[in-house]
Parts: sequence; structure tokens; C-alpha cells
Amino acid sequence: MLGPVLETLIGGLLTGVLYSLVALGFVLIFKASGVFNFAQGTMVLFAALTLARLGETIPIVAAIALTAAIMIALAYAIERLVLRHLVNQEGMILFMATLGIAYFLDGFGQTLWGSDIYKIDLGMPREPIFLFESVFPGGLLIDPSELIAAVICAVLVAGLAVFFQVTRIGRALRAVADDHQAAQSVGIPLDYIWLIVWAVAGIVALVAGTMWGVKLGVQFSLAQVALKALPVLILGGLTSIPGAIVGGLIVGAGEKLAEVFLSPLLVRWFDLAGGGIENWFAYVLALLVLLVRPQGLFGEKIIERV
Amino acid sequence: MRAPDGSGVGLDAALLSVDNVSLSFGGVAALTDVSFDVRKGEVRAIIGPNGAGKTSLLNVINGFYRPQQGRITFKGETRPRMRPYEAARAGIARTFQNVALFRGMTALDNIMAGRSLKMRRGLFWQLLRVGPALTEEVAHRRKVEDIIDFLKITHIRKIPVGRLPYGLQKRVELGRALAMEPDLLLLDEPMAGMNLEEKEDMSRYILDVKNEFGTTIALIEHDMGVVMDLSDRVVVLDYGRKIADGTPDEVRSDQKVIDAYLGVRH
Repeated sequence: MLGPVLETLIGGLLTGVLYSLVALGFVLIFKASGVFNFAQGTMVLFAALTLARLGETIPIVAAIALTAAIMIALAYAIERLVLRHLVNQEGMILFMATLGIAYFLDGFGQTLWGSDIYKIDLGMPREPIFLFESVFPGGLLIDPSELIAAVICAVLVAGLAVFFQVTRIGRALRAVADDHQAAQSVGIPLDYIWLIVWAVAGIVALVAGTMWGVKLGVQFSLAQVALKALPVLILGGLTSIPGAIVGGLIVGAGEKLAEVFLSPLLVRWFDLAGGGIENWFAYVLALLVLLVRPQGLFGEKIIERV
Repeated sequence: MRAPDGSGVGLDAALLSVDNVSLSFGGVAALTDVSFDVRKGEVRAIIGPNGAGKTSLLNVINGFYRPQQGRITFKGETRPRMRPYEAARAGIARTFQNVALFRGMTALDNIMAGRSLKMRRGLFWQLLRVGPALTEEVAHRRKVEDIIDFLKITHIRKIPVGRLPYGLQKRVELGRALAMEPDLLLLDEPMAGMNLEEKEDMSRYILDVKNEFGTTIALIEHDMGVVMDLSDRVVVLDYGRKIADGTPDEVRSDQKVIDAYLGVRH
């Protein structure tokens, strides 16, 4: 019994890492501007699409570099054309702006690259590997590409943590997130900070898009993966980078375990059709967290002095 | 002639001058044709009843609002449009009426944030935390510790400011502004919501800032006792217009000011 559980758990955690990666993009922008960036999912798709199509004609390494440059240029355009004009506006207005960016990017991606299903080939090993064959009968089956994705994600997250905790930009970013006006008053240029944050979020979207693209193929439903980031965010807290990581892992592992082990029980006990748990499990989990701990597991406690 | 300190402004000359500034929001006039100046080294008070446009005036000076008319000259330089971070770079620091601190950060980090503009070393060095960046960080840290000593907030420097009582938050906010080593310090109701003892403390800090650091201060305040004690000159606003300007004594005996505060019998 332990073998299958562990195998499911590991598979779930590895998928969870990818959820974390998408959620991380949301957290970065939310921390820096208090805006829920609706376009994050589309950015993941757009990056994956760009990489897939560029990868058809030029070597993959060059394609990755070029896509990264395009994501940075996109961040610059977004700051210049949209955000700059909305400084000191309410969060809702900024949110609506990201909604517009999302739909623009969605269509623009098609205009630019077409709307078929594309493949990203990083040349990662595809043969499944088996671990602990001596302990469990048949060993534990692991998909090596997921393992590699998890390692890349871990490196990226560690890098971001250092960037935002240690550097001056990190301090400025936290200042901007806390209070736009006060940050400006000590001489922090809001537009510059936003550019950096959107560029970083663009790169994170590229990494997430690449990993998902390798796993599922690049198609427009990829933007739907972003919807899975919502329960992850609620679980972990909108403002917490560690929260995004842990939230993603919990959702990834939880839904896999529920699908594999809970649905047979539902079938047996209540004579239900079973299945589909993977689709709603994360949202129910998020709802429960909202009831108990609205700021999420790692979110900043909401302090209200009266 | 250039001043010895290189600021381009001599003593007694205007460090800041506001000329014929008008500001309105969707047809509602917040400021109408306001002119006044702040001399180097003085404490200049801006007073007036609620809604007189005092905070709007500060917001114009540090670039949050862009006036429809008029101009601002700071250190001899007139700019059509000054963004807030440009104002900060030029040497204008401020505090806010309702305390605008970085709530999630400690008192120390808040005050360090005031040094943002003074830090020069690049990202690469910062990441390594060695060499010039380390020396620089240490130097800034020392400066900040001096300010913390000066404001007597050593015991709370590692506490997230969101948890501090209001009076101490105000003091941290002053510290953050001082960390910028500004030429002009704008204080928006530095004593609002404080008890008598806290007010006396804050008054003393403001005078010390003026005397020890030689910082020029413009402040908005409601407590008349405080205003009369602290300020060298007072400008009075009412309904967005300037109605009086002079020494505390002159302003106090001005009939228009008395009317504005007590109301006029019609």
C-alpha cells in the first residue's frame, strides 16, 4: 500500500511544483502593486507559444534567450503604455487593466504564432525511472522531466528569494507594495520598480510555460492552468513567496491523492460515478482555508489598528 | 551668488517658492492663486480650518499633484512638472497626515528605505555583500543608527511598525524622512492624535532637527499652541486661498484669521 501512496504523492508534488511556479508570477506582481494580475495565465501561454514557434527554426537555447528578451520587452510595453498612466489609481482599475492585457495577449499570440498545438522539445529524458526497487515491489515510478522541472523551479525560487530579500531592489519592492505614496516620497521611482517586477514575472511565466508546454504541449488551454493557481494563492496567501510554493505542493499532492484514493471510496460507499475529483478538490480546499484563515497559510496577518 | 553650501540659495533667501498655484479636482477648486515662500533654515507653518487645502498644497510641492496653474521653484530651479521621486531626489522629504509607513517592515528597515536614494552600488556587489557594497551598507547603517538614537527609538527598531503605537509610528516616519537628509522637510500634522506628552516630545524633535541639522521645515498643524511656539512664520489658508502670512504674532491678531477660525457673524 505504501508504494502506490508514495508514488502518487511524489507525482502530485512534482505537478504541484509547476502550480507553484504559475502562482509565483501572481504573487510577485501582487506584492509590488497590490494588483491581482489577471494576465499572468496568458503570459504563461504567450511565453510557451513564442518559445515553441521560435524553437522550430532556431536552436532551443537561442529560442529561450530570445523569448526571455521578448517577455522583458513585453513588460516594458505594459509599463509604458498601461501602468504608467494608472499610478495612484485604485486596485480595481488596475485589475481591469490586466484583464484587458490578458485578452489582448490571448488574441495577439494567435495572430503572431497561430492556434494549433505545438511542441516544446528541450531534449529532456522521457524514459521513466524507478526508485527504491529493493524497498517496494516494482519500485517507484518517476517521470524524469518532471523531476528536472522541479529542480529548475527550486533554483528559480531560491534565486528570487535572494533577489527580493537581500538587494536594494527587494527593499524598494516591499516598500512599493506597502504604500505607493510613501515609497515615492522617499525617492523610489514607481515605474522602474514596476518594470522590473513585470519583467521578472514574465521570466517566471516563461519558465512555467516551458515546463507545462513540455508536459502537455502548447495549446490555448494552457492558460487554464493559471486557474489552478487561484486556489494555490488562497492557500498560500497572496503576498507570500513561500506560500505560493507550499500552496502549490499541497494542491498538487492533495488532488492526486484524492483522485487516486478518495474516488474509489466514493464509488464504493455512495455508489457515485467517481472521478473528476482532481477538478474540484483544490477549490474546496481553498474554500476551507478561506473560512479558517482568510489571509492564507503564509499571508501577512491583517492588522487593523482602531 | 552661490551659497557656501552649494545649494544655490543663501540664508534668508527663499529655498522654496510657490507662485500663483491653482489646483482643482473636476471643477472643485482646492487651491486658488496661492503664493508663499519658505526661507532657508526656518520653520514655516501652514495653518487653516479643515478643508482649507493645506495637504493639497504639500502634495503639489512634492509632486503628487500637478497644479493647473502656477509654478514651484526649489533651490533656484523652476520645473513645470516634478514627479514625486524627482522631488525626493532634489531634496524634499515628507511625512503624511495618516502615517504612511511600510507596515510589514521593521522600524529599522523603514528608516533604511529613506536611504534608497543615497545608495549607489550596483546589484552585483549587493548580491555578494562584499567589497564596496558592504562598506556602503555599513556606512548607511551607521547614519540610520544615529537617527534612531536621536529619536530615542532604539528599543523598537526591530519591531514591525504595524504593531507600534501611533505616537511611535509618527516618530519612525519622521526618522525615515530624516534619513533622506533633506533640504526641505514637509510635515503633515506631525502631532495629530497625540497626547500632550507626545506632542511635547515631537515639538522638541522638530526644533532639534532645525537647530542640529539645519533642515528647513514646512509643517501643517492644528494645535495653535504648537504652531506659535515652533514656527518662525505662518501662512494661513481658508477655502484654498491665502488669507494671511506673517510671524505668529501678526497672524494671531489678524482679523481675517480670527474670522476664519471662529466664523463671522452675518
